Amino acid sequence: MPKTVYADNAATTAMSDAAIEAMTPYLKGIYGNPSSLHTVGQVAKEALDKARAETAALIGAAPNEIYFTSGGSEADNQAIRSAAYAGAAKGKKHIISTAFEHHAVLHTLKKLEKEGFEVTYLDVHRHGNITAPEVEAALRPDTALVTVMYANNEVGSVLPVREIGAVCRANKVTFHTDAVQAVGHIPVDVAADNIDMMSVSAHKFHGPKGVGFLYCRNGVQLKNLIEGGAQERKRRAGTENIAGICSMVAALKEAAANLDKNMKKEAALRDKLIAGLSAIPHSRLNGDPVYRLPGNVNMCFEGIEGESLLLLLDAKGICASSGSACTSGSLDPSHVLLALGLPHEVAHGSLRLSLSEYNTEEEIDYILAEVPKVVEYLRSISPVWEELEKGGKPHLI
Amino acid sequence: MALYSEKVMDHFTNPRNVGKLDDADGIGEVGNAKCGDIMKIYIKVEGDIISDVKFNTFGCGSAIASSSMATEMIKGKPISEALELTNKAVAEALDGLPAHKLHCSVLAEEAIRAAIKDYYDKRGIAYDKAQFPDPHEEEEHVEED
Repeated sequence: MPKTVYADNAATTAMSDAAIEAMTPYLKGIYGNPSSLHTVGQVAKEALDKARAETAALIGAAPNEIYFTSGGSEADNQAIRSAAYAGAAKGKKHIISTAFEHHAVLHTLKKLEKEGFEVTYLDVHRHGNITAPEVEAALRPDTALVTVMYANNEVGSVLPVREIGAVCRANKVTFHTDAVQAVGHIPVDVAADNIDMMSVSAHKFHGPKGVGFLYCRNGVQLKNLIEGGAQERKRRAGTENIAGICSMVAALKEAAANLDKNMKKEAALRDKLIAGLSAIPHSRLNGDPVYRLPGNVNMCFEGIEGESLLLLLDAKGICASSGSACTSGSLDPSHVLLALGLPHEVAHGSLRLSLSEYNTEEEIDYILAEVPKVVEYLRSISPVWEELEKGGKPHLI
Repeated sequence: MALYSEKVMDHFTNPRNVGKLDDADGIGEVGNAKCGDIMKIYIKVEGDIISDVKFNTFGCGSAIASSSMATEMIKGKPISEALELTNKAVAEALDGLPAHKLHCSVLAEEAIRAAIKDYYDKRGIAYDKAQFPDPHEEEEHVEED
């Protein structure tokens, strides 16, 4: 068995060789500042322009609709604040989102609530998804923005973004989507999907950390959050991270070229994992069973706690993640699992395995051999499991 | 993993005194599954010595390691000494716990006290009630709405 089985690709991915190679010329040699008028700067400027055009083409946008950022969180912050303040200027201070967004979205919304905005968090139901009619029903005359993730980072649900976008378009409401988990993994086209603003992060698709972009459709108002120079058409100050940007584009190109092949491979591995892990008694698959990211597996195992599960798997070389309280640094388990309506005690026992095309069938077999053993061991020392098995308390799953 | 000391990882991956005692003289259970950890400690008492001790724990790595270390620290010791065991001593013996995990060592201290109290109650041994504050009254796992 390989020493490390990396199954935490929703957290971050290994950089691809193409992404690393695309970066090196700009670390070594092409060091210019694209804002400089001289030749050294202009070489960098050309690379930046090319990267912008290529990025735009890969998601169905125009080059002047791409704003390079430090990553997904910055893009989320900027998109949401821009749309909120543009709405407020017209007296619209209502926002629609979901209960299981990423914290970059949720915490921005919480701040806006303190500033007097009102936010409707749509229920994501037991299966972890929403519908376009639910968004439509929540719309109000004063709705300034709908911000709904493309795919959920923890439980893998893929949301009906195209339909939600159509509802927003018909009602003239700005639509933002955090597509950090989607781009590079499933087909995304901002025009066909009726998206006004979209956040993307490079390190989720084998690109580097610290770089991403915000797509903002022409005609949709964008405010700059960072004051400074006139970079990114005065919407994002700071000298551009050329090496990171060029690397991101290389990773995105590679992902797009292999999208169908990768999706098929990952989905087959995912389904094998889900089938195998579901054989563990009193387990549950979290997230939408049908509309699901090809690489996402998220299970709960009753009677055990997620952090000890992760540590024991790590000792066997398996890298995974959990939504347990102990892994979040708070007393509450993940807000995503709670949003699905899972009881706290069940949510503590969650395991997320997120795959990429780099994973192999051999690795999946290894995970399937090890996880049941670890679950069984932890249950054997768990007073909670003892109580459940004695019938002192009913099984919840 | 840099999260925990080597000692914590040792007691987590090779926990001492795991299991149950069918003929336990005292059993203490503390914690709350909703909050993510429950500790159950079984003691066997001979004379005033804790001759054997076992635990079952539902919880994170530091909860299991704290149970293991705490049971090691009271095994073969007089009850009076076991009652003096503090969460601080458990955490120190583990070469420290991350700040947000210190409550795990508190649980271990409380579980031992609960087991001793159960032993006193079962045997009808008189004790100073002030020595056994109800852990639920100073519940540290405050539920948040």
